[in-house]
Amino acid sequence: MVRMLTTGTTTIATAVKHADVDVISAYPIRPYTGVMNELARMIADGELDAEYIVCDSEHTQFEIAKHAAACGARVFTGSAGIGWAFAHEALVVTPSDRVPVVAMVGNRALDDPGNFGVEHTDVLVTRDLGWMMCWPENPQEAYDLTLMGYKIAENPKVLLPYIVNCDGNFITHVRFPVDLPDEELAKEFLPSTPPPRHNVLHPDRPLSIAPHVDYYWGAEIRRQMDQAMKNAIEVTRKVHEEFNKIFGRGGPPFVEEIYTEGADAVLMGVGGMAMPARAALKQLRREGIKVGYVKLRRFRPFSTEDVVNALRKFKVVGVLDMDFSFGSAHTGGIIFQEVRSALYDLPDRPKVVNYIIGLGGREITVDVMRSLAKEVNEIAKTGEVKQVVKWIGLRE
Amino acid sequence: MSWDKIEIRTLKDVPKEEYFVAGHRTCQGCGPALACRYLAKAGGPRAICITATGCMYVANCSYNTTPWAIPWMHAQLGGIGSAVEGAAAAYKAMMRKGKLKKEEIHVIGLAGDGGAADIGLSAISGAMLTGHDHLIITYDNESYANTGIQASSLTPWGAWTTFTPPGKMLRLGNVRVKKDLPKMIAAGHPNVRYVATASTSFPFDLMTKIRKGLAVKGPAYVQIHTPCPKGWKYPPELTVRIGRLAVETGMWALYEIEDGQFRLTFKPPKRKPVAEYLKLQGRFAHLREPDIRYLQEQVDAACKQLGID
Repeated sequence: MVRMLTTGTTTIATAVKHADVDVISAYPIRPYTGVMNELARMIADGELDAEYIVCDSEHTQFEIAKHAAACGARVFTGSAGIGWAFAHEALVVTPSDRVPVVAMVGNRALDDPGNFGVEHTDVLVTRDLGWMMCWPENPQEAYDLTLMGYKIAENPKVLLPYIVNCDGNFITHVRFPVDLPDEELAKEFLPSTPPPRHNVLHPDRPLSIAPHVDYYWGAEIRRQMDQAMKNAIEVTRKVHEEFNKIFGRGGPPFVEEIYTEGADAVLMGVGGMAMPARAALKQLRREGIKVGYVKLRRFRPFSTEDVVNALRKFKVVGVLDMDFSFGSAHTGGIIFQEVRSALYDLPDRPKVVNYIIGLGGREITVDVMRSLAKEVNEIAKTGEVKQVVKWIGLRE
Repeated sequence: MSWDKIEIRTLKDVPKEEYFVAGHRTCQGCGPALACRYLAKAGGPRAICITATGCMYVANCSYNTTPWAIPWMHAQLGGIGSAVEGAAAAYKAMMRKGKLKKEEIHVIGLAGDGGAADIGLSAISGAMLTGHDHLIITYDNESYANTGIQASSLTPWGAWTTFTPPGKMLRLGNVRVKKDLPKMIAAGHPNVRYVATASTSFPFDLMTKIRKGLAVKGPAYVQIHTPCPKGWKYPPELTVRIGRLAVETGMWALYEIEDGQFRLTFKPPKRKPVAEYLKLQGRFAHLREPDIRYLQEQVDAACKQLGID
């Protein structure tokens, strides 16, 4: 094991190396590019044996990854912001071809206006396609979730692509103390060769992948994807269990509760915003104010069961969205819509409010987290919601 | 190579086995379907074929009735270059790393003229640079036929399409000059060792070129002229005759560029007037005498440049 101070792009590249990936397709766009720079260096220095393809676009990147995976190779690719959007057509067909592509997205605000900062809208606009999606809180989790990704995606009951999202700059570029395991230990968890599956393109077993279906079979094929995503919930649980056993970390698969003991109100979000939340809630707890944070580790599959079980005990949930859905119900964030919908059938459900925060990469400070925690706590006391959706730190 | 020989000179050299069989629902007299049959025959059982969206996807390969006896997969309309890259890189890496039995697997990518010359051009160009072993084939039926005959950049000057209808104001139909894709690929990618043109009306020549493209190390490109009864508006029984006339008139030339050396593989003994080719097709029916004369001049100049005349 190596303990070091490093960035999310480096830890993900290390996970890709430990996964003994065969094909990598690269195209530059900030802030994800660092992972490809690091992988190129590893190959040049003989640390990793893989075909590294310098592509002409993101569309090409994801088409290459899809077809290489269809031929049985373990693959890695990635993008960010509008690059991810450029790949959209290839993103659509990857889940329906049932290939275990693993990709990194360095979350970035979509153009226009140009913006290097983080926003989660880039990947959330593709939430309905059949990609599994997770958000690490820090570079350590970025390594962990990447290694787990191969194991989940390649499970024959799943065979869906998987995205590791990283908050642009805050996780992709900021150094953080991490434990990187020895390659042997990583291989004990994830062997170099994926388990056999039925849909590999090879002359020994001719088959046709993705022939035209029309209305004869279209619905059945969609339903199979639905089942695969449902299966992914149980598979993810098992993989987390195994990961925890081998590495002694990894946390729960879907939802992690932070400082929730004795709290009536919680904030909830994905990715790196859990860091300032931890600091703020720790301070408040010392001051006698008990507010919790619920970290949503995985957004697809969205485990309704885990989310409901975690949230049902609170009076107020303040969902923090670093994304936005223009013109949506209550004109709010995307994660907010989903969480609120998940709680609907509870007879005694918490109030769910929404904070639009950190758009364009604006820093979410400990002070901001403190004030939001106090606000949800106040709603819990009074039972009064003045505004369902609120933009935070906005100049108006 | 998984075949005894590359050159196919007579019927005896043609494999009896078919790897593109019944199950497709292409039009009567479909030129591209004929190309599929020949390329599958030439490639043999250790080949895989990936096909971009187009007629040879939508009309050709339907769920539960695949005509392909070799492994086949769909690629997105603009994705053929990427698809063969991905497949070739996958086999190469896995064989090198001992994850897959070492052997030569022929990777064939098939796209229509729109999928290759328009939306997929960038990815094909990228695939021609990396040195991976694959063959990209364009079936050139000179329009987006699958969507109902729209002009592509390989539609010839003067042709009717639904995007270029001749009318009272715009008399000529398509006024863009056909893009020279094989030359573009050869000129722009000096490391590509094999570029060729072919025609479904010259099957021995076509199959030889497929095998040459597959045998050469690195990427290769073959463009097959494939007449289309629906898009070109002619009776289906004329497909082979029209394909032949295209070559005999000089509207289409058969050549190969092997390690940079250009060579005509067929030279019409006495070139026929283009009118003989045009008059059989409804898509050129609106052209008048001076238009045909203009086209003849263009073809004459091109043939001179290619060394046909």
